[in-house]
Amino acid sequence: MSIKIANISKSYKKVNALKNISFEVKSGELFGLIGPDGAGKTTLFRILTTLLIANEGVASVAGFDVITDYKSIRKNVGYMPGKFSLYQDLTVEENLDFFATIFGTTIEENYDLIKDIYIQIEPFKNRRAGKLSGGMKQKLALCCALIHKPKVLFLDEPTTGVDPVSRKEFWEMLKRLQQKGITILVSTPYMDEAALCDRIALIQGGKILEIDTPAAIVKHYLKPIYNVSANNMYQLVNSLKAYEYNHSVYPFGEFVHYTDRRSDFNPAELKVYLESKKLSNITIEKTVATIEDTFMELAK
Amino acid sequence: MNTNKVIQVKELTKVFGDFTAVNAITFDVEKGEIFGFLGANGAGKTTAMKMLIGISNPTSGKATVAGFDVFTNAEDIKKNIGYMSQKFALYDDLTVKENITFFGGIYGLSRKRIKEKAAILIKELGLENVANKLVGSLPLGWKQKLSFSVSLIHDPKIVFLDEPTGGVDPITRRQFWELIYKASHQGITVFVTTHYMDEAEYCDRVSIMVNGKIEALDTPKKLKEQFKVDTMNDVFLKLARG
Amino acid sequence: MKRFIGFIKKEFYHIFRDRRSLFILFGMPIAQILLFGFAITNEINNVDIAILDHSKDATTKEIINKMASSKYFSIHQFIEKESDIEAVFKKGKVKAVLNFEKGFSENLIKENYANIQVITDATDPNTANTISNYVNAILQNYLKEQNKSSVQVYQIVPQTHMVYNPELKSVYMFVPGVMTIILMLVSAMMTSISITREKELGTMEILLVSPLKPIQVIVGKVFPYIFLSIINAIVIIVLSIFIFKMPVQGSLFLLGMESVLFIITALALGILISTISATQQTAMMISLMGLMLPVILLSGFIFPITSMPLPLQIISNIIPAKWFIIIIKGIMLKGVGLQYVWKETLILLGMAVFFIGLSVKKYKIRLE
Repeated sequence: MSIKIANISKSYKKVNALKNISFEVKSGELFGLIGPDGAGKTTLFRILTTLLIANEGVASVAGFDVITDYKSIRKNVGYMPGKFSLYQDLTVEENLDFFATIFGTTIEENYDLIKDIYIQIEPFKNRRAGKLSGGMKQKLALCCALIHKPKVLFLDEPTTGVDPVSRKEFWEMLKRLQQKGITILVSTPYMDEAALCDRIALIQGGKILEIDTPAAIVKHYLKPIYNVSANNMYQLVNSLKAYEYNHSVYPFGEFVHYTDRRSDFNPAELKVYLESKKLSNITIEKTVATIEDTFMELAK
Repeated sequence: MNTNKVIQVKELTKVFGDFTAVNAITFDVEKGEIFGFLGANGAGKTTAMKMLIGISNPTSGKATVAGFDVFTNAEDIKKNIGYMSQKFALYDDLTVKENITFFGGIYGLSRKRIKEKAAILIKELGLENVANKLVGSLPLGWKQKLSFSVSLIHDPKIVFLDEPTGGVDPITRRQFWELIYKASHQGITVFVTTHYMDEAEYCDRVSIMVNGKIEALDTPKKLKEQFKVDTMNDVFLKLARG
Repeated sequence: MKRFIGFIKKEFYHIFRDRRSLFILFGMPIAQILLFGFAITNEINNVDIAILDHSKDATTKEIINKMASSKYFSIHQFIEKESDIEAVFKKGKVKAVLNFEKGFSENLIKENYANIQVITDATDPNTANTISNYVNAILQNYLKEQNKSSVQVYQIVPQTHMVYNPELKSVYMFVPGVMTIILMLVSAMMTSISITREKELGTMEILLVSPLKPIQVIVGKVFPYIFLSIINAIVIIVLSIFIFKMPVQGSLFLLGMESVLFIITALALGILISTISATQQTAMMISLMGLMLPVILLSGFIFPITSMPLPLQIISNIIPAKWFIIIIKGIMLKGVGLQYVWKETLILLGMAVFFIGLSVKKYKIRLE
């Protein structure tokens, strides 16, 4: 086990940021912590990176206790905080060089590990970090977090504020790092990124809702989900919410995801009801649950 | 002029020095439409939006917003639009009521009207119990919903939303979209700029900007068909990667 | 050691790439010293006065001539009646009016006694005071000259002798004060800002989650500023010696060492401030309000400590700047050695040790 978390609770003045959190991350796993802002993701990261002390519970990273052995953890983990924490007034190369130096290593020594990421930003190595685009900052921050060849990598919302192309490239990089044997714990508010992890924990309001592989989590959703669409979205949502048998009604892009309370639900019946509400162009099709559906069902 | 087209943009261009941030974009937005204005960071969407809300002068081209010309009637535009960004929403150190009163005030609503509006708004959002609490103490999702409602306080014709739902939990986000649907149903045009592609899925039509140009403009459904992919995210990836 | 050097290198990059901090570091000391040296002064020069002479005789003319020929005063106008006095003051240019009584010479000869009324504009009390002192001095001088010829009995003439700053040059008083302010500002404010900036950026989190020891981070942060502050101290001393001809009577080496001690105290205060503030803005506010104001108001730099109310006098003891000013005034003006300022030095040293200890203790190895 690379990361062990047992019964961790943490509260600030008034807020219970984390409530009795327990899970484990296997060595070499790409583990995702999925939840909205304020769910407690950053607090958990800070406890695991020895920046905060939990009120209750124990945790260990790479076999070291986060409190008693914090110095060993600091030597063995890479951490990329929420906002890409770089020195804006230093160049790309100076940033990397600085982080290499404070970890007692050099860029050359671990160049293999960062090579395929660094070559993408190398053309800009003399540019100040403050002048980089979001995607390039993200890559540089990742290089800085990797430069000392950590055993465990903590990435706190690495894809927030980054465009889809950079996001995709970033996840491809993580997959390659994972193949090199690095354990990765990554947090994100984007449900669509969950599918890219080996296992995920859904977190909201300081509580873990579910932990499993993305495929298994989706299977936990037992009710059949229907994609409903009609000519007027606003009236469609209102009508479905007013339908006496509805279990859940959530807008989902161009559709509404609808589940019914009855086990013998007949879509034709719903169509008749919607028509009675003066809606037209009605389509009702069965669809598969997504991580987001599961999340909402669990958080309900 | 077609009165149903509340935003009309023709060959709108903005040049900074030798850099063309917005390169002759052309599009229309209809009354009550939810229009997604997408693009990566630096694609020019913020520059384009600044021209539309009357705080930046275009280099060339034509644009009218809510019937007013962006060159000559920028001040009238400001009176007729609402604006909400994720970064600046409400004052954390004022209460819910104080925020509503303040924003009502800067749009010149009468005291009586503000009172009516505040009562309706608080009731609709279910904020009765926290009306006198500081906004800073509310959950993020509530703040965003309140912020959106406040941006509509002066009954604007168009509301501009800048990455409105980033980071919010999935349920609150849907409640937020329900508010947008409602506004759209009431005839308010909603202009959403974002680089989160899942927000794009909710729009009636979307345009995608790449390097200062609009490279695609259609309903999400048709764009997905056109590019033979399942999500707007993939549409974007195909476009941006060429 | 390599880590440490890498850290310091980074700090210098920060300093030399930020124009604002460069200006505070080097522009400010020079600007302040010139400003205090030239513009702000306790001396008076060419003050405009008005004369109301009711007798217009030989003696009054002679006295008026004396006034006019001194570099301190220039006669702005003559007025004819008492009622004009107020009008003259209201115009604002004239700072003092000399009112000679009627029959001035006669009285002086016959009664051995004559009256001059000196009316000064006391909206600025310090200047008013100085003006009336200068007028008195000129009158005393005049009398002394007169008395040489005639025989005068029983007169006590105090022979005042100002030592260490015989010409009462205000720059002598300001240089130590300005040096203190600048060293405090550069050391404490800049350090606290540079540490809190890392907190704001989030880079502090990474530094904490690295094998760097807290002491390495602290020393790495303050080292560049020790270096720069010393350069600053040298610049100030050189400027004051060559531009204001201020003497340094005592040992330059001792002056240097005392300055380093004060710099270290200030840096420790800076670190302390950074541990209690989360943003650069807070750090700056605390530095300005908590350090600069006391240095200016309570250190004896501008307002003499002995004339303060007792509570303030007691408070002034905990201000490191007070002791530093006493020390450098002693060294620069009186030329004293360590045997005379060892007590103050010891107090300063104690403070330095205390603040360093406190800041190391308060420096968190975690975020809270």
